[in-house]
Formats: sequence, structure tokens, C-alpha cells
Amino acid sequence: MNLQIFLAISAVLFATGLAAVLSRANAILVLIGIELMLGAANLNFVAFWKFSPSPSDLTGVMFALFSIAVAAAEVAVGLAIIILVHRRMNTVDVDDADELKG
Amino acid sequence: MITLPLIPLLPLLAAGATALMPRGRRGPAAGAAIFAQAASTLLALAAFAGTLGGGHDGPACLNFEWIATGGGTLRLGMLIDPLSAGMALMVSFVSLLIFVYSLGYMKDDANFARFFCFLSLFSGAMLGVVLSNSLLLTFACWELVGLASYLLIGFWFHKPEAAAAAKKAFLTTRVGDMGFLIGMLWLYASTGTLLFYDGGNGCLEASAVSALAAQTVGFGLAASNVIALLIFCGAAGKSGQFPLHVWLPDAMEGPTPVSALIHAATMVAAGVYLVARVFPIFAATGVTTGALVVVAWIGAGTALMAALIAVAQTDIKRILAYSTVSQLGFMMLALGVGSVPAAMAHLIAHAFFKALLFLGAGSVIHGVGDEQDVRKMGGLRKYQPVTFLTYAVGMMALSGVPFFFSGFWSKDEILHLAHGWPVSHVPFFLAGAAAFLTAFYMTRQMCFVFAGSYRGGVHPHESPGVMTLPLVVLALFAVGMSIPLTPAWPWLHGYHAGHAPELDLARLVDHGFLTIAGLSVLLAGSGIAAGYWLYRKFSPTDPLERAWAGGFRVLAGRFFIDELYAATIIRAFGFLGRAAAAIDRIISAVTMGAAGILARAFSALADFFDRMGVNLGFDSLCGGLKDGGDLFSSWQSGRVQSYLRILAAGTVVLLFFVGWLLS
Repeated sequence: MNLQIFLAISAVLFATGLAAVLSRANAILVLIGIELMLGAANLNFVAFWKFSPSPSDLTGVMFALFSIAVAAAEVAVGLAIIILVHRRMNTVDVDDADELKG
Repeated sequence: MITLPLIPLLPLLAAGATALMPRGRRGPAAGAAIFAQAASTLLALAAFAGTLGGGHDGPACLNFEWIATGGGTLRLGMLIDPLSAGMALMVSFVSLLIFVYSLGYMKDDANFARFFCFLSLFSGAMLGVVLSNSLLLTFACWELVGLASYLLIGFWFHKPEAAAAAKKAFLTTRVGDMGFLIGMLWLYASTGTLLFYDGGNGCLEASAVSALAAQTVGFGLAASNVIALLIFCGAAGKSGQFPLHVWLPDAMEGPTPVSALIHAATMVAAGVYLVARVFPIFAATGVTTGALVVVAWIGAGTALMAALIAVAQTDIKRILAYSTVSQLGFMMLALGVGSVPAAMAHLIAHAFFKALLFLGAGSVIHGVGDEQDVRKMGGLRKYQPVTFLTYAVGMMALSGVPFFFSGFWSKDEILHLAHGWPVSHVPFFLAGAAAFLTAFYMTRQMCFVFAGSYRGGVHPHESPGVMTLPLVVLALFAVGMSIPLTPAWPWLHGYHAGHAPELDLARLVDHGFLTIAGLSVLLAGSGIAAGYWLYRKFSPTDPLERAWAGGFRVLAGRFFIDELYAATIIRAFGFLGRAAAAIDRIISAVTMGAAGILARAFSALADFFDRMGVNLGFDSLCGGLKDGGDLFSSWQSGRVQSYLRILAAGTVVLLFFVGWLLS
């Protein structure tokens, strides 16, 4: 098991998430894509920590844990925004929520 | 002496205070006016008492500097001498009586307070005229009394006749005042002072007067003559002398106390007083030449003309108004023949009995419900006994009933002096005819008003005590003034001439005096008899009109002098006015047209510049900015995913770039 395999999985995961974020119209699915990209980043943190010269310091795991906690908060805020958008515009399609256009 | 300015100032202050009071304060307004008038009467009495001793040289003056200019100083002043003291006492006392009478007469008027304000203004200004020691101050106060007269004639300004009469009075007297003003300026230019008496430097004192008499201005006239005639223009306007008499009868539109005070007793006598005051200028070249001849002729002519007109009038106040004009003519005649004391004696006697007659007429008018036509009165002696008795006293004083009435002595003296005038005897005959007519028309009026039976509609009643009391006081004076006027003890003469009179009964039986006195008794007696015989029974058409219709129409039409003025002077001024208006219109059409074209051309240019320069440049700049903004804002689609796509593509490009840099 070497580092390259983790990085490859992480890259695939990130690319999948990015594809979902850029292409899906449903805001829930865009949020899911973001979660996938965050997961890929966390995987990278853990993998680089595991194969680092001093794995006894627990730095990578701690960073990943913080990142998960922040992501959870971010999901809560994101979902709340989506619910409000749905209440106001009766849609969760991100292409329809374009009120900030110039 | 130091209280002298207070005599005119107190009524003026009362007028000011009344003017500042809220509307409708009847009690305080009348109280202030009467209190101030009473105080000023007392001061005038004190000043009069101070002049009784006589013997001091020249008048006592109180001069002060008014304006200092580059060329010199204008000085005003006040003076007290027998002439002004007697006049001031008469004016303030008659004013006081008439103020009291007005309490009753104006009781129901809504503008009671305003009336007393104007009366006080008048009284203050009139006392200013009397006590002034400067022709300039005289002129200022003279115009003020003119203003007060205007305000009071037009007091009931909602009546069109009253408003027209006020305007007529103001404008007619202004014609004379123009002459007065020019004369005054000339006097100032010639003598350098307008003070009457100034310790030898005044314009009425010997050096100035002889200088004026010595200076000839052409046509053989001395400067003093021309100045005197110009000042006489003002005096004639104020005193209703021909040809400026037309305003005085119309002035009867004012309330009756005003007619009594201003247009009978005081203001109209101001002209006579002015001539008496500046008499040294009139007499500078001798008393039988120059301006005084004109004064005598105009006086005598006015006396007869007004007496003739009075014969045919039917308005109770107009008869008295023409009688006033006639009596003022007598005073002017006295001045013209060179006697200031005779003129002043008649002035003061006349003030009392004519104020009495006017107030009596007011009482009659009040009693019969504001009727002024004598044909609709009659029999009032039963209903108004006090008014009848006092009116009869006034009538006899005016007619010259002998011995116990002041008018007899003063008029008789004027006739006597006119008879002795060396220039011509004609004024004497004119005045004699006027004296006869005076008795005649007054008898006619008495018959119409008080004799026979009542012909009016309203039940007549006697006036209240506040109105009859002044009548009684004035009647006492009309009788009592005869004592200091008799030739046997000519107190008033001596007072004016500055020496003590002595009792000399021999003068009463002097041959010259007896002739003239007999003649004037004859004139008055025949006038009264003729009047009584013609009018003892009332008839709707005047007996005189039946006998002599054409002449009567001319007299009733007042010689058509008003119509003559309307057809000549007023028409000429109307034509001049219209011509000036037409020229004005042409000039304004041309200049306004040119100015309009210029302004429009300029504005078109400015508009073009605005549109082409400012608008176009600025608009294109703004348009460019807006287009740019539109372009950039269209990039802001508001779609999150398209932003992310660009972000992702940008990141990829950046990665490749970094990789290329590192390799």
C-alpha cells in the first residue's frame, strides 16, 4: 500500500465531486458534490500524515477531524439556505436562483 | 417758554398713542385726546397770560438747529407773541369744546377711536402752524393739517361723495401749496433764513425785509411782492379764496364736528393767519401797493361771490360753508387794506360764532335723523330750544346785529378800513353788499330750519347735554367777544399791536365811525328784514327763484365754477394724461419690442450651445459609461455554477502554468 493509490483515489473522488458541483442543477446534489470534494481533501490529509517522517504527532488526523466538523457546520448552513431559497422561489434549481446577476 | 413745544406736541402724542391702541378702545382714545387737548389749552392759556403784559420788544423765540448742511444750517423754531398766543388759545379752546361735542355726535360711530386720533393729529399740527417761528416748520405743519383735513373729510370713505370731496380738497389746496413752496424757496434763496425772528437776522425783520423790497425782479415788481404773492397762493388755497374756494363747500361731507373745527374755525383761518404772520413781507413796499392790493381785491370779490352763492343753497352745512368762504374774504380784505389787528379780530370772533353755527347745525342734523336739506326741516325751535337759542346767537353774530354780538364790531371795522382804503372804493362796496347778503341768507336759513312747522319724517329731538354744553359756551363767547372789540375799548387791537388799550367812549360817537356803523346797521337790518319778508311763510319753491329764475339757477349752480374747471383745467389734464399714456405706449412698444427680439435671439444662441455643446458631449460620455456598465454587468449572470466552472478552468490553467514553471 503506497501513497500513490490514496492520492489516485482522492483525485478521482475530488474530480467526481467537482463534476457534480459543476453540472448538477439540484442544489442538494451540488452540496453532496462539495462533500465529496471535502472528503477527498480529508483523505489527502490523512494519507500524507500516514506516510510522513513523524506519524506519531497526530497532526493529519487532527486537521481532518476539524475539517469534518467545519464541513458539518457548513452543510447545516447550506441546507438552511436551500430551504429558504425553496420557500421563497419554490425551487432548488441553482440556475433559477440568479437574483444576484448584474 | 420751555413748555411752548408741548402745546402742539401733547395732541400729537395723543394721536400717536391712539393710533397704536387696539381697535375699538373708545374710552381711552377719547380720554387721551381730550386730556391732551385740555393740557395744551392750559399751556396755551399760560403762554397767553405771559404775553398780556406787553411792552417786551419783539416775540419770544425758541430756535434750534434742525439740519446742518455743507452750505449752512436749517433752523426751526417756535415763537410766542400776541398774534400767535391769541390764535393758539383760540385754536386749543375751540378744539377742546369740539372734542367734547364729538363725544356725543360720534357716539354711535364704529370708528370712534380713529376719529379722535385724527382730531388730535389735526389739533397738534394746527397749533404747530400757529406757534412756528420758521416758515419751513409752518409749511410742514401746514401740510399736516392738510393731511388731517383730507383724512377727516373722507372719514366716511365708504360714501363716494366723501371720498371724492377729500381728494378734491387735498388736490385743490395742493395747487396753492405749490406757490407757497416756491415762495418759500425763493425767500430762502434771497435771505438765507426761514426763521421769522432771530435776533435781527430773521426773514421778517427789518434788514431782510428792506433787502427784499429793494431787489427788483422785472415788471416793476420787488422780490418781496412776488414772494408775498406766491405765499398768498398757499393762503388762498387753505382759506378757500377765489379761485381755489371750490373744495371748501364739498368738504362738508365730513362729520359735522370736523366742519366746525377744521373748515370753519381753525384750519381755513390758517391762510389768514399765515398772511398776518408774514405781513412784513407783504407790506415791504408799503401797504397800498404790490401784493396787498391783490389780497384786498381777492378778499372782497370772494366775500361777495360766496355770499351770493350761499343765498341759493339748500344744504344747511353748505350755506354755512359758503358763509365761511365769504367771511374769510372779509379777513383777507382786512389784511389787504393793511390791518392785521382787524383781520385777527374778525378771525377770532368768527371762529367762535362759526364753530357755534356748525355745531348747532350738527345738533339739528343729529336731531332730525341725518337730514341736511333745510326744506325738510322747519319748526325746530319747539323741539330743540337750546339749539335754537344758541343758533340764533350765532346767526346774529354772523349777520352783524349791532352792539351785543362780536361779528358786528369786527365786520364793521373791516368795512370802515375798506372805506378808508386809498386805492379804490370798489372793495368797500363789494364788502357792503356781502354784509347785506350775509344777513339775508342767514335769516333765510333760520326761517327754513326753525320757523313754521316741521316738514320732515323723523320725530325731532333735542341733542344730549354733551353736545349742547359746547353750544352754550360758544354762544357766551360769541356775545362776550364783543366787549374787547368795541372801538371804545379796543382791547384786542391793543393786544395785537402791543400796547395797552385805553377806554375812550368818545370814539363811539366819532363822525367817521358813526357813518360806517350806521351803514352796517342799515345793511344788516335790511338784510334780515328782506329775508324775513321773503321766507316768513314756507313754500316748496324759493320765492327768489319765482322772481328771478335765471339768476337763481346760476347762484344755485355756484356760478358753474366747478363745471368750468371740469371743462377746462381738468379736461386739459385729462387730455395731457391720455397723450402721455399714448406716448408711453408707443415708446414702450418700440423699446420693449426691440428688447424682446434681442432677448429671444440671445436665448436661441444659448439654447443651441446648450444642446450641441453641453448636452451632446455629456450625453455621449454618459452613454459610453452606461454601455460599459451593461457589458460588465451581463457577465454577472448570478449563476453560481458558471462562476465555479470558470474558477475550475482557471485553476487548471494555473496548475499547468505552475507545472511548466517548475519543470
